[in-house]
Amino acid sequence: MRAAVITFPGSNCDRDLAVAMEVCFGCKVARVWHADTELPPVDLVGLPGGFSWGDYLRCGAIAARAPIMAAVRRHAERGGYVLGICNGFQILTEAGLLPGALIRNRSLKFVCRPVRLAVVNRNSSFTSAYGSGPITLPVAHHDGNYVIDPEGLARLEGEGRIVFRYLDNPNGSTADIAGVLDARGRILGMMPHPERAVDPLLGSEDGKPLFASLLAAIGG
Amino acid sequence: MSLEITDELLAHHKLTREEYAEIERILGRPPNLVELGIFSVMWSEHCSYKSSKIHLKKLPTQAPWVVCGPGENAGVVDIGDGLVAVFKMESHNHPSFIEPYQGAATGVGGILRDVFTMGARPVALLDALRFGDPKAPRMRHLVSGVVAGIGGYGNCVGVPTIGGECTFHRAYDGNILVNVMCVGIARADRVFYARAAGIGNPVVYIGAKTGRDGIHGATMASAEFTAESQSLRPTVQVGDPFTEKLLIEACLELMEQDCIVAIQDMGAAGLTSSSFEMAARGGTGIELDLDAVPLREEGMSAYEILLSESQERMLFVARAGREQEAFRICRKWGLDVAIIGRVTDTGRMVIRHKGQVVADLPVAPVSGASPVYDRPAAPLPKPVPIVPESIRAAVDPPKALLQLLSCPDLASKRWIWEQYDWGVGADTILPPGLGAAVVRVHGTSKALALTTDCTPRYCAADPFVGAMQAVAEAWRNIVTVGARPLAITNCLNFGNPERPVIMAQLKAAIEGMAEACRALDFPVVSGNVSLYNETDGRAILPTPQIGGLGLLEDVNGLVRPDRARAGDQLVLIGESRGWLGASLFLREILGREEGAPPPVDLALERGNGAFVQAQMRAGRIRACQDLSDGGLAVATAELCLASDVGARLEIPVSPAEEAGWLFGEDQGRYLLAVDADLVGALLADAAKWGALARPVGTMGGDALILGSYPPISLAELRRAREAWLPSWMGEAA
Repeated sequence: MRAAVITFPGSNCDRDLAVAMEVCFGCKVARVWHADTELPPVDLVGLPGGFSWGDYLRCGAIAARAPIMAAVRRHAERGGYVLGICNGFQILTEAGLLPGALIRNRSLKFVCRPVRLAVVNRNSSFTSAYGSGPITLPVAHHDGNYVIDPEGLARLEGEGRIVFRYLDNPNGSTADIAGVLDARGRILGMMPHPERAVDPLLGSEDGKPLFASLLAAIGG
Repeated sequence: MSLEITDELLAHHKLTREEYAEIERILGRPPNLVELGIFSVMWSEHCSYKSSKIHLKKLPTQAPWVVCGPGENAGVVDIGDGLVAVFKMESHNHPSFIEPYQGAATGVGGILRDVFTMGARPVALLDALRFGDPKAPRMRHLVSGVVAGIGGYGNCVGVPTIGGECTFHRAYDGNILVNVMCVGIARADRVFYARAAGIGNPVVYIGAKTGRDGIHGATMASAEFTAESQSLRPTVQVGDPFTEKLLIEACLELMEQDCIVAIQDMGAAGLTSSSFEMAARGGTGIELDLDAVPLREEGMSAYEILLSESQERMLFVARAGREQEAFRICRKWGLDVAIIGRVTDTGRMVIRHKGQVVADLPVAPVSGASPVYDRPAAPLPKPVPIVPESIRAAVDPPKALLQLLSCPDLASKRWIWEQYDWGVGADTILPPGLGAAVVRVHGTSKALALTTDCTPRYCAADPFVGAMQAVAEAWRNIVTVGARPLAITNCLNFGNPERPVIMAQLKAAIEGMAEACRALDFPVVSGNVSLYNETDGRAILPTPQIGGLGLLEDVNGLVRPDRARAGDQLVLIGESRGWLGASLFLREILGREEGAPPPVDLALERGNGAFVQAQMRAGRIRACQDLSDGGLAVATAELCLASDVGARLEIPVSPAEEAGWLFGEDQGRYLLAVDADLVGALLADAAKWGALARPVGTMGGDALILGSYPPISLAELRRAREAWLPSWMGEAA
C-alpha cells in the first residue's frame, strides 16, 4: 500500500486522514501540496475534509481546479484509488470525477453528530470488510445534501454504486445517499468521516473496516 | 497645525480632561490627532484595564507548573514531556450584541490568534454565552446569529468547539455575553513572546489587508450602550476564517523555521496596540512606515491605518537573515506580507506616512503609564437568607424535576453544539453535553479536561461567594472526569465601573476568586476584563466567568458520566444541608430570586475532590457527575440520561426537607456510580479519610424513581431536557 493525502489551503482533516491511514495501513502516508503538479507513486489518494479556499464560490469548486487535480485525474484514469471525504467528496463532484452535487443541508445549518449508516454495497473495494449491520460514523458539514437527476440516480442504484445510506438522514440528501462510487468502483466520495472513527476512545471504530477493505483490495 | 481640543473631541476619544492633561504632560506639547487617537485606544478600559488593574493584582498567578502567567497573549502551563498548554478566554460582548454573527465569529478569531501567537497549535474552543430573557426582542436572532458565527469561524479553521455554557436571564436583555476560550499545545522550548528585540530587525506585517473596519472597536467596548448603539455597526469587524486558517499554518511554520524573534496579533486597537506592546515588552523603540502597510482601500489616513481593527493580521519581528525564508513561507500560504518597520533602541514609536512623521511618542508611557483608577466602591448589601418555612409549599418532586430539566438554563444545548464541529482533529474523547470536555493531546496518551463555569445568580446575590463558587465548580468539573486541575483563565464581565455598586461587585468577585484559587492551587494564568456591560443604566448580573484546564496524564484514567450500569450503587460525596438560597429551584419553580448563595467551604471542596480522585485511581468509580444547578435530582437525571439507565434515588428526609434534599445546591458534592461489589471498600475508605459518603440509590430500569413518587420514564426525562431549545427556535425537536 502506497498512499498520499492532499492538502489544499483550508483543508483541516488532512492530518486526521493521514494519521488514520497510517494507523490502519501500517505505512507512511505521503503529504502532497495542492500546487504540486505530480503525485508520488501511490495506489491511493485521499482528498480530505475541511474548507478548501474557505468554501468560497462553491464548496470544492476552486480546489477541483488546483494544479494537483490534473495528476489526480490521471491517477484515476490509470485505475488508481481515490477516497474523498466531506470536502473531498465535494471536490470530486466539482471535478466531475463523481456524478451529482452537494448542496446546503436542508436545515440550512451546519450539522455535527454521529449518524447511523447502512452499508448498501459490501462488495466494493472500500467496503468488503464490513459486516451486515448498521455502522456509526460522525458527520460534520454544512453542505452535505447530495442531489442528482433521476436518470443519474437510477444509474447509481442499478450499478450498485450507492455504498452508504443514512438511516437518519441529517441533511436532506437524495435517497439518503451518504457515499457513492464512480463507474469503475475505484473512486469513493462520502460525507461521513471514517478517519474520526478508528479509535475506541473516539466513540466508534466503524471507520476501520473501510481502510481494511482498501488494504485488502490493494495489498500490503 | 495644532489641534483644537474640544470637549466633543475628547468625548469622541473617550478621554477625560484629566487624562488629556496627563498626555500633554508626558509629551511636553499637545498631541496631534493621530497621537490623540493612539492614546485613546491605548488608554481605553479595554486595553489598559485602568479600573480593574489595582484589584487584578490580588489574583494568585503562580504555581510550580505555571510557565507564563498574565501579561502575555495567553497563559502557559507545563503538561509534562516537553509540552505546554497555552490558553485564554476573551469577551466579544459588545460587537456580538450589535452584529451577532460577525461579533461572535471575530471573537473566535481573536482568541485563536492570542494562542497561536505564542507558538501553540489551537486544539479546542469553548464558549460561555449569556443571553437575555427568551421572550425579549431580538433574542432568537442573537442566539442563532452568535451560534452560527462561532460555528462558521471555528468549523472553518478546523479547531473543535468542544464545550461551554449557555444560560438566559433578563439582566442580559441589552448586553449579551460572548466569552470564548481557546486552548493550544506547544513545545515547551518553542513558546513565543511579544517582546521586540534585535536593533535593526525588520518588523513584518502578515495577513489580511487593512481596511476601515472596526476603527475604535476598543473604545466602543469601553462604553455603555444606549438605545442608539445598534448604529455602531460599522465599528464591528468582519471575519474571514479562511485567512485565519492560512495565518495559523503560516505562523506555525515561520516559528518552526526559526524566522521569528517576537510576534503579536493585531487585535483590539490593531497596528497601534500590537506595535506598542511589542516595543514596550522588549524595552525598545519601533519605526513604522505606514506607506508599506497592505491596504484594502484607497485614501486611508494614518489615523485610520493605525486604529483599524481589520481581522486576521499579525505583526512580527523577523530574525535577521531569515527574511527571505519568512517571505517564502508567507507567499506559500498566499498571505500579504510586507516589512513595515524596524526595531530601534530609542524607546520611541516613530510613525511615518507619505514622507511625514505623523506620530512620535515615547513607548513606555503610552503603553505602561495609562491612568490607574481606584474607583470608589459602595458597601454591598448582605443577602438575606431565605426562611426555610417559606419553601415548604406543596411541591411535586417529579414535576419540579421535569420543569427544571426543561428550563432554558438546564435544557440540552444540543441545538447549539451540533452546529459546531466538535470532532475535527480526531482527538475529542469527551464530546460536548457531558460536563467537562476532554481532548487528547495529539500523538500522546495525555488529555486536557476543559470547562467554563460561572453561576451569575450566585454572583448577583453575593459577588464574593459567587466568584469563589465559579472557581470551585470549574475545579470540581475537572476532578469529575478524572483529571488534575491545573489553572484557570477568566473573563470578568461587569457593568459600568464608574458606579460604586458595580465597582464593589468587581472588587468582591476578584477577592473571592483569589481566595478560591489560592485554596485550590488553581492559579489564574490569563484573562480579560469586560466592563460597561449595561444599557440605559441597567447592568448585567456580575459574571466572573472561569475557564478551567486540567490534565489527564493517561487517557485511560478518564472517568465518563455515561458509563453507569444497571446494578451500580449511587454514592453521594459531600455534605447536604438542603441549601435552596439563590438556587435554580427557587427561581424556576417558586419564581423567587432571593437568598444567599450556598456557602463554599474550600477545605471541604479540596478534601472531597482528593477523595474522589483517590477512588478513581483505585478504579472504583464507574461514572461520576458533579452536583451543581438543580442539585442531586438533576445530577441523577443527567447520569441516567448520559448512561441510558434508570435509577432509584432515596429520599431519607422528612417531607418538609424533600425539596432541599433533591434540589439543594450545597457545594463540594459528587454523585458516583459504583459497582455494588466495590461500595463497601469505598465507604470504608471514606470513613478513614473523613469524607462524607453515603449510598443514596441504585441504577437500573428505564425510569428515574424519586423516593416513593411515581417513576419518570427515561423517555420523558429526555423529552423534557431536549425539547426546549429547538422548540423555542421554531423547529421540531
